[in-house]
Amino acid sequence: MNISRRKFIQTSGLAAAGLAIGYQFIACTADEPEGTIQLFRMNVDNEAVGAALNPYILIEKTGAVTIFTPKPEIGTGTFQSLPLLIAEELGVNPTSITVKQSRGDNQRFGDQDVGGSSAVSGRWVQLRQVGAAAREMLCTAAAARWGVAAGDCRVENGQVFNQKNESLSFGDLVEDAAKLPVPKEPKLKDPKDFLYIGKPQPRKDIEWKVNGSANFGIDMKVEGMVYAVIERSPNFSGKIKSLDDTAARSVKGVLDVVRTERWLLQRKPQESVAVIADNFWAALKGKKALQIEWEVPAEPMSTEKIYNNFRELAKGDGAKDKSKGNFAKTFAAATVKTEAEYELPFLAHSPLEPQNCLAHVQGDKVEIWSPSQTPNWDVQHVAGFLKIPPENITYHVPFVGGGFGRRLIGDYVIEACRLSKQLGKPVKVMWTREDDTTQGPFRPGSVNQLKGALDADGHLLALHHKVVAPSINYALFNDVESKTKPGYIMEPIADLYDIPNFETSYVFADVEPMPINWWRSVYSSTNAFAHESFIDEMARAGGQDPFEFRRHLLRNDARRLKTLEMLAEKSGWGQPKAEGTGRGVAITHCFGSTAGHVVEVSKNSKGKIKVDRVVTVVDAGIIVNPDNYRAQVEGCIVMALTAALKDAITFENGVAKQDNFHNYRMLRIDEMPKVEIHLMQNTEAPGGAGEPALPPLAPALANAIFDLTGERLRKLPMDLTT
Amino acid sequence: MSNFKLSINGKSYQVDVEEDMPLLWVVRDYIGLTGSKFGCGIMQCGACTMHLNGEPVFSCSTPITAAVGKKITTIEGLSEDSSHPVQQAWIAEQVPQCGYCQSGQIMRAAWLLEQHPKPTDGQIDEAMSAHICRCGTYDRVRKAIHRAAGVDS
Repeated sequence: MNISRRKFIQTSGLAAAGLAIGYQFIACTADEPEGTIQLFRMNVDNEAVGAALNPYILIEKTGAVTIFTPKPEIGTGTFQSLPLLIAEELGVNPTSITVKQSRGDNQRFGDQDVGGSSAVSGRWVQLRQVGAAAREMLCTAAAARWGVAAGDCRVENGQVFNQKNESLSFGDLVEDAAKLPVPKEPKLKDPKDFLYIGKPQPRKDIEWKVNGSANFGIDMKVEGMVYAVIERSPNFSGKIKSLDDTAARSVKGVLDVVRTERWLLQRKPQESVAVIADNFWAALKGKKALQIEWEVPAEPMSTEKIYNNFRELAKGDGAKDKSKGNFAKTFAAATVKTEAEYELPFLAHSPLEPQNCLAHVQGDKVEIWSPSQTPNWDVQHVAGFLKIPPENITYHVPFVGGGFGRRLIGDYVIEACRLSKQLGKPVKVMWTREDDTTQGPFRPGSVNQLKGALDADGHLLALHHKVVAPSINYALFNDVESKTKPGYIMEPIADLYDIPNFETSYVFADVEPMPINWWRSVYSSTNAFAHESFIDEMARAGGQDPFEFRRHLLRNDARRLKTLEMLAEKSGWGQPKAEGTGRGVAITHCFGSTAGHVVEVSKNSKGKIKVDRVVTVVDAGIIVNPDNYRAQVEGCIVMALTAALKDAITFENGVAKQDNFHNYRMLRIDEMPKVEIHLMQNTEAPGGAGEPALPPLAPALANAIFDLTGERLRKLPMDLTT
Repeated sequence: MSNFKLSINGKSYQVDVEEDMPLLWVVRDYIGLTGSKFGCGIMQCGACTMHLNGEPVFSCSTPITAAVGKKITTIEGLSEDSSHPVQQAWIAEQVPQCGYCQSGQIMRAAWLLEQHPKPTDGQIDEAMSAHICRCGTYDRVRKAIHRAAGVDS
């Protein structure tokens, strides 16, 4: 790379800025704007390129502004919300800019994960600083032209103005600005001056997603590419006893059948057979024609064995996690007490775009196109696997057809790299829905045991919550410490209520060889069902209103109390219910936001229970795009209803029994309740968007069913069809 | 391998593929129109929905032989410039999240509105429950269909 003096200055300036804002930037050349794949079919004028003020911002001499979004767009709206943070501070209207997806490159773009609901909340300060630094450079350049102080200049809509209201466009200034040092501590706007943040904004990717031009990983194609469809050990650990690929090889279009492996981080690799063909259909037919006899483990796992083991383990104390007051003593002495056990299932993520990856390994270089939630992890893992430096990897990030945690694990990326290296060709690995449903990694199930006692006034005096569950960090990273120091495994149990005598404990359960990983809202998706259902049980045990009971538990937390009270108000909690209806409330705090639902259910003439209405209140601090935030909450409600009412992944003889959407069913439009979402208004720092509204839905539903029927459902999924 | 003549979005194509290849893979891998998606392969999710002579079909399970001599319309052929009322309503309601299922949803919604210019919620349920959206955009799908029909939801 030829770095001219101008670029050298710019680069060193950026390095300083990078350190100041927590990233390490490397050279970025203006005439080679950050390479991107064509994410959409539109003409971008790359003539008359101006200068990149940092890796995120490219301003052309025409004044055209391109912002590179650092994180993948998996549906959560980052393609709009992250550039918005930069645009707000830079002083450009977000609708006037071009947004491009950055490559997988954490040297330039820092952490590129979309997980933990952290895309906006985790970059809230940094990305605004990126925009503010560029704005200050443009102002300094304009001030020099006018001979005024930079502080006397302001920006608006891509122009710098002085006090006489004379203006210069960003395009006029960008070359001068690029020569300036990058400010180390650029001044951020006061939230009250935000022009775009906090207002509903259209997403730029939407139009491409309604006309078929948005390109997803599965749409990627290169010259000479072959397709691979893979049969992986169905019980996760069995070796190949025998393989007869005669029939597979005779399928027209099949080029080869090769033995390969599925890599899953620290886990033992899984034996697999790949069918290579010149088109997907042939590869799929070839896979179906494979005759493989798999070794069956001596004691294959089953759902029954897993839960029997969970219950057996629950007899032990496990590792104490949180402790406050004296649970044992107050519980022993109390007169009103309750105990209950809850069971949560294993689930598949089922993003609608099946896993896929196109990789082309050439010597010590590789080019990758893959739908990913974590390009930088993938780069790191590919570098390790191919034993090449990360900078030899060109990682393109297309649009991603759903993530939900599944695509934080790049097993399919390594599969494609391994096969491409072996075959010396670009290889596109395609998973089928059956692969996706049966192969995991799965959301871990759990057993939760709770004990609680009330004081004489019917308030919660003591509570113990024990979680028996596998550790994702142990399964993926051999993190032995997580067996006794559960950390996030206990979320969100201790994150909301003020309970005077409170204890939590964790019992580690091994589910080897089943692969597990993070699923939307992770352990909060399971723990909250038990916790918020049990809070309801305790309220009922003391004859208290479930809302008033929670109100007392939140009495010392003004912010959360407000959210709960808003929920009661918006749902009409105090108003009389119609005959044959029930309602339930639940609230949780996780991923930086507080979310609560009131669910209303009724029985139809055949006695079947129906979910009629969900009223939701969320406090997520400043919400950068309220319309998109609502969309995320809508998504949480649907995914939680699916998890509560549809199917679990169950195992027999070591193999998953569900394999596609006919037996691992999803909620559909005809089952949608009426949804009303209210977002709290405040100026606190942003909390998470993608996950916080999921955990409280299932317990609110179970609580509503109890309200209607008097029956307490303590196991998910619940079957309301009978 | 056989040679098939196809009419897709008003254009004629010739492809040389196996007779049992589903329409979806011919259109995606041989014609190069990738707006129609693969989600399940068993007519459960609707991501692959196209029109055959104006009727919605699950192209993942429609053999190419069934499409010969018929007018095939994919999402790319619904309008030149995203101007179809359903597409416009989808933009106005900001329906898509990940967007992967939306080509199929839009194709069925466009057909529904031809059958029922002002569909009831029941008619929307009946038609659109052929589709799965894992992101959970159902509420907006319903609103957008009402909007495209010129009815306030």
